[in-house]
Formats: sequence, C-alpha cells, structure tokens
Amino acid sequence: MNDTALQYVLAATVALPLLGAAGALLPAPPGLRGRSPDQAVLRHGVTVTGAVLILAIVLAAGFDHDHPARMQGTTDLSWIPALRIHLHLGVDGISLPLLVLTALLTFLCALYSYFHLPAGGSAKSFVALLLLLETGTLATFAVLDLMLFFLAFETVLIPMYFLIARWGGGDRERSALRFIVYTLLGSVVMLLGLLLIGIKAGTFDMVALATDNGSHLGHSTQLIAVLAIGLGLAVKAPMWPLHSWLPDAHTAAPTAGSVLLAGVLLKMGTYGLVRIVLPDTPDGIQTFAPYLAAFAVVGIVYGSLACLQLARQGNGGDLKRLIAYSSVGHMGFVLLGIASLNPTGVNGALFANIAHGLITGLLFFLVGAVKDRYGSSDLDQLAGRTGAALYGRAPRLGGLLAFAAVASLGLPGLAGFWGEMLAMFGSFDPAAGLSRPAYLTFTAVAAFGTLLTAGYLLTVVRRICMGDKDTAELTPALPDVRGYEFAAWTPLAALTVVAGLWPAALLGLTDPAVRSLLGGH
Amino acid sequence: MAAATPPAALPQAAALTQSVDWVALTPVVIPAALAVAVLVADLFLPRGRKVLLGWLSAAGLLAAALTLIPLRDGHRSTFCQKAGGCSYAADHFTLVVQALVLGGALLTVLLSISAVGGTDEGAGRMPAGEYWFLLLSSAAGAALLPASRDLATLIVALEVTTLPAFALVGLRREDRLSSEAALKFFLTSVTATAVSLLGISFVYAATGTLNLSQVAAGLTHTPDQLHTLAKAGVALTLVGFAFKLAVAPFHFWVPDTYAGAPLPVAAYLSVVGKAAGFSGLILVTVVAFRPYTHVWGPAIGVLAALTMTVGNVGALRQRPGVPRGAVRLLAWSSIGQAGYLLVPMAAAASAGDPAHEIGTTVAYALMYAVVNLGAFAAVALVERTAPHSRLADYRGLYARRPAAALALAFFLLCLAGLPPGVIGLFAKVAVFSSAVGEQHGWLAVIMAVNVVVALVYYLRWTALLFARAPEGAQAPDAAGAAAARTPLALTAALALTAAAGVALSGAPQLVLRYAQGTLL
Repeated sequence: MNDTALQYVLAATVALPLLGAAGALLPAPPGLRGRSPDQAVLRHGVTVTGAVLILAIVLAAGFDHDHPARMQGTTDLSWIPALRIHLHLGVDGISLPLLVLTALLTFLCALYSYFHLPAGGSAKSFVALLLLLETGTLATFAVLDLMLFFLAFETVLIPMYFLIARWGGGDRERSALRFIVYTLLGSVVMLLGLLLIGIKAGTFDMVALATDNGSHLGHSTQLIAVLAIGLGLAVKAPMWPLHSWLPDAHTAAPTAGSVLLAGVLLKMGTYGLVRIVLPDTPDGIQTFAPYLAAFAVVGIVYGSLACLQLARQGNGGDLKRLIAYSSVGHMGFVLLGIASLNPTGVNGALFANIAHGLITGLLFFLVGAVKDRYGSSDLDQLAGRTGAALYGRAPRLGGLLAFAAVASLGLPGLAGFWGEMLAMFGSFDPAAGLSRPAYLTFTAVAAFGTLLTAGYLLTVVRRICMGDKDTAELTPALPDVRGYEFAAWTPLAALTVVAGLWPAALLGLTDPAVRSLLGGH
Repeated sequence: MAAATPPAALPQAAALTQSVDWVALTPVVIPAALAVAVLVADLFLPRGRKVLLGWLSAAGLLAAALTLIPLRDGHRSTFCQKAGGCSYAADHFTLVVQALVLGGALLTVLLSISAVGGTDEGAGRMPAGEYWFLLLSSAAGAALLPASRDLATLIVALEVTTLPAFALVGLRREDRLSSEAALKFFLTSVTATAVSLLGISFVYAATGTLNLSQVAAGLTHTPDQLHTLAKAGVALTLVGFAFKLAVAPFHFWVPDTYAGAPLPVAAYLSVVGKAAGFSGLILVTVVAFRPYTHVWGPAIGVLAALTMTVGNVGALRQRPGVPRGAVRLLAWSSIGQAGYLLVPMAAAASAGDPAHEIGTTVAYALMYAVVNLGAFAAVALVERTAPHSRLADYRGLYARRPAAALALAFFLLCLAGLPPGVIGLFAKVAVFSSAVGEQHGWLAVIMAVNVVVALVYYLRWTALLFARAPEGAQAPDAAGAAAARTPLALTAALALTAAAGVALSGAPQLVLRYAQGTLL
C-alpha cells in the first residue's frame, strides 16, 4: 500500500471513534433501531470498534515491514500556529503494535458489553464514553506532536472517570476521583516539562526532536524536563510509589474499564517514556535511569509481595485488586527494561507492554466473569476453606484462568516470558555510562521478583481452580464459558500463544525503531 | 454620556475645535446613545410591550459589535493633543476587548430578557427601563475602557462601568440580600477608586502628565526627590485596580455580591466587569508603568498565585445543599480564573516583548467569557424550575434536559481545561507556556496544582449532572411544566455559547492567534 493510502487509514483510525462517540449520542436512524434503543446503541458500539479494528489491521498489513524505523502514513497539518501545534500523525514499529492492541481490546470490550452491559447507567453514554476513550488512546499512540500527545493523554481521563464512577462497584466515586486527580496532577506536571522542551528546542515535533537527540537542550533543561515528564508518565505507568490510585481504580471499575485500564491506559505511560524521554532528552534520562530502575525493581517486589499477601487464606483479598497489584509488578519489568537504555532492554519493555496488555486484559475478563457468577471477587468467599474447584464446576473457565495465570507468571512459550526475559537481559548489561554493579543488583532483585510472581499466581490457581470433590459437585451448576465470552477471550489467548512462540514477529517491528530512537547512545 | 468626551482630552490651548473621529468611537457611542433612548422609550411603551426594550438593546449591542468590523485594521485614534499622544486609540487590543465586552453584554441581555419587566412586576422582577439603561451604560463604559490612553479617561471609564453595576446588583425590589450585596460592592469599589485616584495624583505629580505613554517616558527620568512618590503612586494605583478586579486579598465581596445579585448581573460582572478591569490593569502596567516592571512584575506574580489558590480553595469548600450554591461556586471559580489571567501579565514584566504575553491574557479572557457566560446561561435555565439554585438541584439534570446538561458539562470541562473542552485546555497551555517561557517556573507549578484542585469541584458538579435523579423527585405538575418551557432568549444564549465553544474547540486558533500576535 502506498503512503497516501496509509495516511488516510491512520487518520480514519483515530477519527472514526470520535465520530462514533458523537453518533452514539444521537437517536438511531430509521432502519438501524434494532430491538430496543439500548440494543441499537450497543450494536453501534460494536460496529464502530469493529470498523476501527479492521482499519488497524489494514494499517498493519499496509505497513512497510522492511522499514519499521521510518515514520509511515504521516499527516502533518498546521492546527494552532499560535502555539506551533501541528496535527502530526504517523506510525512506526513502536506504535503499530500498540495501535492494533488498543483497537483489539476496545472491540473485545464492546463485544463483551453488547451481551453483558454492567449495571449503572444508560447504554448510550457507555458506548459514547468507550468510543471517546478509544479515540484518546489511539491518538496517544499515533500523534507526533508533544502538545497533541498531551491532549490525547488528557482525553482518556474524563471517559475513564465516568466509566468507573457510573458503572463501577464498591467505593466507585472515590476511586474514580482518586484516579483522575492523581493522573491529572501527573499530566499537568508533564505538560510543564513538554513545554520546556518545546520552548527551548523551538519545536513540538516529536520526529524533529528525536532526530536532534537533545542537542539543542542544555543539561539542566534536560534534567528538569525528564523529572517533570517522567513524573507524569510514572503516575500513569504506574511506578512505585506513585501507583496507589491503581488498585482502587481497578477494583471499582467495571470489567471493560479494568481491561482497558490495564491493557491500554498503563501503556501510555511507558510508551511516552520510550517515544519522548529516551530520544528527546538523552542526557537527562542518563542521569535518572538508575533511579528509575531502582523504583522499578522495588515496584516488582512490592507488587508481588502485596499479591502474596492478598492471595493468602484469611486475608479477604480481592481478586481484582490482586491482579491490579500484579500489574504494578509487571509494569516494573517494563520500566526496568526502559531504564537499561539499551536496545535489548527497551525492546523487552515494548514486548512486555504488549504481552501485559494481552494477558492482563484476559485475566480481568476472566475475573469479571468469575465475579458475575459468584457475585463477589473476594478470594476467601470464593475459595472457602478448600478451594473453589473451578476445574470441576466450570472446566473451561477454570482452564482459561489457569492458562492466563501461567502466561502472566512468564512461562516460556507464552507471551509473558520474552518481555521480562529481555528486560532483565538488558539490565544485566546496561548502556555505557550506567553503573554495572547497580544494574546487576537490580537484575537480581527482578529475578527474585519473578519467583514471587510465580508464587502468588500459583496460589491463586490452586485456590480458585482446584478444590475438593464436594465443592466441585455443588448445585446449582455454575454456567461455563458462554459463546460471547469465548468470542471475546479467544483472540487474546491465541495471541498470547502466538507472541510466545513467534516473538520475532513483534521484535522485528520494534527493534529497528528502537535502535533509531536510541541513536544517541 | 459624559464618558464619550473625556475632559482630559480637551485641548488646553485656545484652539477650541478638535476633529473627532466618530467612526472610531461608534462602538462606545452606540450603547451610550441607546441607553438614553431605551430610558425614554420606557416612558411611552405600554406595560405589555416592554419586552421589546430588551430586544432593542440586544440589536443595538449587535450593531455596535458589527461596527468593529470596518475598524479592524486598527490604526485609528482620536482626541489627540498637539503635543502628541491621543486619549482614545482603536488599536487591535482595543478592538478585541471591545468585541469581548459587547458580545458579553449582548449575551447578558439575552439572559435577562425573561427576568426583566414584562407583564407582571412581582418581587423577583426588575423594572425594565432602568435595567436596560443601567446595563447599556455600564457596557458603554466597559467598551471605552480598553481604548483609553490616559489615566483620567481610564478612571472615568472604570467608574462608568461600575457605578451602574451597583444599582444593577441592588435592583431586585424587596430583596434584602440584593441590597446588602449592592452595599458591599459599592463600599469596596468606592474605596478602590479613592485609592487609585490618590495613586494617580502621585504619578501625575511625579511625571506631570496623564497620557499613558508619556507617563512611561516621565517615569524613566523622575527627579531623585520624587522617586519615592512615583513608586508609591504606582503601588497605590495597582492596589485600586486589584480591588476592582477582586484579586486576592481583595476578593471577599465577590461571592456575596454574585449570590445576591440577579443572575444575569452576576454573569455580567464575572465576564464584562472582569474584562474591563483587566484591560485597565494591562494598560496601566504594560504601557504606563513599563519602567517599573521590577516593582509590579513580582507583585502581580504573587497576586496571581494567591488569587487562584484562594478562589479554587473557596470553590472546593462549597457544599451541595447551600442555597444559591451554583452561583457561589461560579463566583469562587471566577476568582480562580482571574488568577490564571494574571499569570501572563506577571510573565510580561520580564518579557522582551510584553505585547506577546498580553495577547495570552486576552486569548484566555475570550475563552473564559464564552464558556463562563454559557455556564451562567445553563444556571439561569435550571433556576427557572429550582429557584433555590442549590448544587443539589443539578442532580440528574441529564435525564430531564439532556441538551442543557451536555452544554453545562462541556462549559465546566472547558473551565477545568480537560478534553472534550479542548479550547479550555489549549488556553491553559498558552498561559503555562508564557509562564514557562519567561522563567516563571514557580508560578507555573502553583498554577498546575491549582488546575488539579479546580478539576475536583468542576468534575463534582459535572458528575452530579449525570447522576441518577433522586427517587420520586420528578413529578412535573402544571406549574413546573409552564416554567420548564424555555424562553427563546435563554435558548439562544445557550445555543450561541455552546456553538462558539465547540467551534473554538475545533479551531482554537480563532482565539489563540491573539496569543501570538502583537496587540498593543
């Protein structure tokens, strides 16, 4: 496909959900009314996200895989000359997988919600918010202008706030407010950093800034900029100790909200680090990388310990909260990979990003299904004294849960393995100028973290999937995986296997792009 | 109107004739003449047709705004002295602020039409002739203010803007709260004027001129013994303006005055009143007191930080059950927003090209005017069915009036600066950018924290709009249904502001171009 066609496909991918969100608020035209207004608007959501997914697949197919380091399908229009903001879109090997992942997860969420809309508000607003969220996330990965990146980064806040506050459970309004206040505080500070870079370098263009490699920015400017931008992205990622909004938000959010929060929104933070901080301010990140790595490994261990604590019998741990904490740990590996500042580590980080999106997305779907069936996600209530015996009561659900859990703990052959492995490899031999002994320590701690991860995930599998014979034969029988659930989950499970068996498909895309971004090193 | 012929502009020499460029003056003269015309027409119109006065005022303000178009090249000035220097300049800065003032007044008129005069003059109604007269007079003063280029004209224009406003605030008959608000407003404002006049007299003593650019020239070489006097004059003048603008710590009158005033008047004060005050402050600081940037620059920076913090914290403390809570919240939020408006002015003090930073203030003010008036229009709409105007009355508005709720949510998010309120976001980005660009990092950080604090209360209100309505609360009876029929003028105001807000969100360049161009 030539570049002009690719350009239109990319622009349409970003714009279509926005138009769809506006369309969802309008009354359905005659002929598309469906059985009821709710059904019509939910179908509208599935149609639009499906079309976006098809566009994303076309984009991936038309992408020139021989030159993944080159920005492709670029559009560059002047939008607000007063602030030097351009409508600059483009896709390369780093953003392409994330775009496809976003389109896929949003489509699966829309599909799942079509059959199973969470209680709380009207279907109309749910679909409109979901589509607005998709616009924001897709735009974050597609834009190449710092101010547009900020705009896209902020666009996701309002829809996610309302998804949690309206359709959530538990202490949802507080959790939603906490989520948005934390993230906004981070992103406003990030804005100051972005403005500093833009004003000092004279451009907000991410391609130009990446090519410059910070040569127009003084050392202290870079330090301040990295600190400000890094803070905003670290809240989003989330990096320990700025993660405390995450468990509450995940626990309160409805299934679709949790899936998108873990699968896509967290990636915006790490993507920003790779796309903006690494190439634009190489001197600054060189100084801060060891601290980032230290926080990352603390996050790995902290997340795993929190999960172990939640998984233990008698602690009343919530399954959703447990997976939220496991995200803190997994994102710790991503941050560690980025902090190693070498191609191996960054590639690992990007791989782990995608893998985490697939696996944790699947896990949240499964946990949501368990919660629907039992009416609770409290581990003690589910498991009782001997275990919930899901293998016996709903074998397919149990099997999938066990599959997702072992994928999450990094079993070789599944997606979770490569990213974390490469991140640790990268950190084993960090970029020149970084302290090797410190990074060796970090690697060792991270490796210890993988053991802890295996520990709590296996505990969860034992307590949820296994159990005694009496529990397994309890009546009424638990409904096993339904058709629409299969439809929503199979793609994730399949991709987890594919990415695990054929990592080169993804690494081949990211590696040249990463090498070009890290050109200064 | 006396304001149209400022005394300071008269030639002191024997040459008694002066050519006056009436074309340049039209944006001021039309509202002033119309004010008198409306007052006279009120005597002859039968009671049932007084609503025509409102539409007449609206048409007049629209005409005045349209006369800005032929002036748009921005080179005219009038009331010039032979010694050099003009008292009235219709440059780009003037035209933009005049457009803001006239547009804001026009929207205020649309908001007022259903509340003023008409068939029954009950307790809540206001007398039509007086109301339109006062509003138009005040608008004429506000339109004159940005064009003033000497200190006397400036003060006269400021008084013409505020004096009718006292009467407007207290116009609701038999309303104790309203008269108390008017008195509070009057006392603070008179004090402010007195302090300003004292300051101006000091400046005059030190420089021997009232013309703004000549004051600037005079201040650069004041004799040593007058140095302290000049400095004190600058400080006192600024204190006076700070009072008028409700800049913290002189903000205490705002919430009570807004809550006591008729709603359209509160809307008018929060937009046109502020715009007039800001243009005055800009002229005084950036043009007249330019040699003293080291005095007023840091002072305005500190005031900006203080004002936004006080305003936002005040707004955060509003509880949903309080009567007139919605207006009070908007009052506190307007104080907070005034703080953001001051930030580029503080940056202008250290900028090589102050006009650039001033443009950012103007651009932000334009955005604020559109969305704040829109929010007031939505509040006016809700107030028709819920006269207490508590925040709690907004619960579940989306279920009852989806369009109004969506519009209000959009305005609030614009004020908060979050997408989908794109224009609010980029106006804030422009302000941040001017602070970061001029090395005012500390101010940018304080503003960042304030933006987050402000989000909490804006979002709380927005969330209330979409919350489920309380059980059994909505059983609209006949009276409720009658009140629920929205008057045409109110719908027009809401639709205009919403359309403007959406258009600006798609093309922020429309207002942000002032943040780039040279205005003064």
